[in-house]
Amino acid sequence: MQPFDTVSGSAAPFLASNIDTDVIMPKQFLKGIDRKGLDRGLFFDLRFLESGEPNPAFILNQPAWSDAAFLVVGPNFGCGSSREHAVWGLKQVGIRALIGTSFAGIFYDNCQRNGVLAIQVSEAQLKQIAGVISNAETAKIRVNLPEQKIELADGAVIPFEIDQLRKQSLLLGLDAIGTTLQRAEQIRSFEAQHLSENPWL
Amino acid sequence: MNSPRTLYQKHIDSHTVCPLDDQGHVLLYIDRQVANEYTSPQAFSGMREAGRKVWRPSATLAVVDHVNPTAPIRIATMPDAGGAQQVSYFEENCRDFGIELFDVLDKRQGIEHVVAPEQGFIMPGMVVAAGDSHTTTYGALGAFGFGIGTSEIEHLLASQTLVYKRLKTMRVTVNGTLGTGVTSKDIIMALIENIGASGATGYAIEFVGPAINDLSVEARMTICNMAVEAGARGAFMAPDDKVFAYLQLKPRAPQGEMWKQAVAKWRGLHSDEGAVFDREVTLDVDALEPMVTWGTSPDQAAPVGGYVPDPATQPDFILRQGMQRALDYMGLAPGMPLSDVVISHAFIGSCTNARIEDLRDVARVVRGKHVATHVRAMIVPGSTLVRNQAEEEGLAQIFLDAGFEWRQSGCSMCLAMNDDVLAPGDRCASSTNRNFEGRQGAGARTHLMSPAMVAAAAITGHLTDVRSFALEA
Repeated sequence: MQPFDTVSGSAAPFLASNIDTDVIMPKQFLKGIDRKGLDRGLFFDLRFLESGEPNPAFILNQPAWSDAAFLVVGPNFGCGSSREHAVWGLKQVGIRALIGTSFAGIFYDNCQRNGVLAIQVSEAQLKQIAGVISNAETAKIRVNLPEQKIELADGAVIPFEIDQLRKQSLLLGLDAIGTTLQRAEQIRSFEAQHLSENPWL
Repeated sequence: MNSPRTLYQKHIDSHTVCPLDDQGHVLLYIDRQVANEYTSPQAFSGMREAGRKVWRPSATLAVVDHVNPTAPIRIATMPDAGGAQQVSYFEENCRDFGIELFDVLDKRQGIEHVVAPEQGFIMPGMVVAAGDSHTTTYGALGAFGFGIGTSEIEHLLASQTLVYKRLKTMRVTVNGTLGTGVTSKDIIMALIENIGASGATGYAIEFVGPAINDLSVEARMTICNMAVEAGARGAFMAPDDKVFAYLQLKPRAPQGEMWKQAVAKWRGLHSDEGAVFDREVTLDVDALEPMVTWGTSPDQAAPVGGYVPDPATQPDFILRQGMQRALDYMGLAPGMPLSDVVISHAFIGSCTNARIEDLRDVARVVRGKHVATHVRAMIVPGSTLVRNQAEEEGLAQIFLDAGFEWRQSGCSMCLAMNDDVLAPGDRCASSTNRNFEGRQGAGARTHLMSPAMVAAAAITGHLTDVRSFALEA
């Protein structure tokens, strides 16, 4: 997994509430057996017109944000289906972190497992960030994970909280399965006990 | 002395291999997993690349459900290359890793969350994870089920565990008695409308109260299933005699002495007296009316006797914008009576509402009537066993006589990953769980409601209070 340390880039405002994973990655892009080609599907119905041309009204099609490394999002982002394809697609267009007030649980975990940092801020902080990055001149920010802060182009610094376990795993780009399997003996002995206490399992 | 614990805490405590920090992270043992063909391929590929084995193959049941067609004549071939590839890779993975698979021709095939309880694969006290958000369904059996992404599926296959953070707990007390024609779907839709689409984000919900006790096990599944639409990462109901009776007849239920032993243990699965929840919500259903959604988020719902709301009355800017966007997408004007909304399609199906009791509800409404001429109406049973039972009970003939398509099982038009897709502008009364933009087809419009309400709309051709129909008992 690609480690996340300090990342700079432009941040695109996309503040609608309840953006679900069907909108992030529509069904027609879910028919693969690998992770390829999901950059095309990301926000497909919003990013492209019926003609197939990019929709100039969509934020990621505007020059200041077309190479955005961050999305600043509305509440309950990523709700709905568990499809991890949504996060794979975000990663494939270059999104490294999301900033919002709340994320749906499965989506939040999917981000973590793909090295995409999902940062939770307060409503007031979100307004402040959105106010600055919505201006093309000041759209660039820096996200510093080790120090848990977001630096805006106007000099403001926004601190954020994150679980230390998540932070370490993102900083180091840890393989979660490898880490867990170091405890294989412990799992095996728990399992033996658990199955003997609940033999119908 | 131990402090009183919630049902959720009991499940997590009994499945904790070890704590991982002091912030609530644990390594959580998972008893069962259900796998489908569309969220699992990359997980199996990861296992292959790393040369890993599946930790406990018998803990996983694999079912083809998302991409298969539901045409009345069942064939093994998938009509599209993507679906065909997913199904054949799924078969290959199950074979190579020793996992039991119900393929499309299996008599037990169906939607994973209908099939797993039907087989007795899910039991009280279990912790269950699956690559599908509606895994919350299993809470109705006193199991703790939650949805996970593909990376977590791989983690689970490889280790039978997940790195898990404890949730907060919410108790939803449902008081009162449901009126005729009002169902458990209306309870959960009213709750979501009440607390919002992220009202339970970060929480596991436990449902309690007389209205829950009164419900059948299948009706309870509808509530736990849709709890995820309020953001809940799990939903519970303490198992009772109804649950034990439901399970006892299932193929994989324990037998004899072991059954007695299991039930004795399961009777302890309830929140302790005095257990403290992080949030309490109360709902009274005496006056509850059948609910319908008018927007593009499951919390945008109202009683069927109501009106399309006016965004101008919403003070919060983001919510107001969301409402306006929803109305534009849905092609509805503020102030319009919901019962004036004319539909083009009626869909009865999904892991939320396609079990045998749902189909009996539908039959009571449509018997001897006919679908409106401008409506295409489909019934996709939750499993092949449900389909067979409905045929034995004579329900299928009632549906066919009333002008419904009677189809094979699968997820179908709930999310339209197969060939059951609506066209732009189509408007569907749907017994499913999500009314998101494009969910049933790009540009298509979805109104969520109970199966009985879909049946009523199919007959009249517009959203209709099912209580205006004379319902046989």
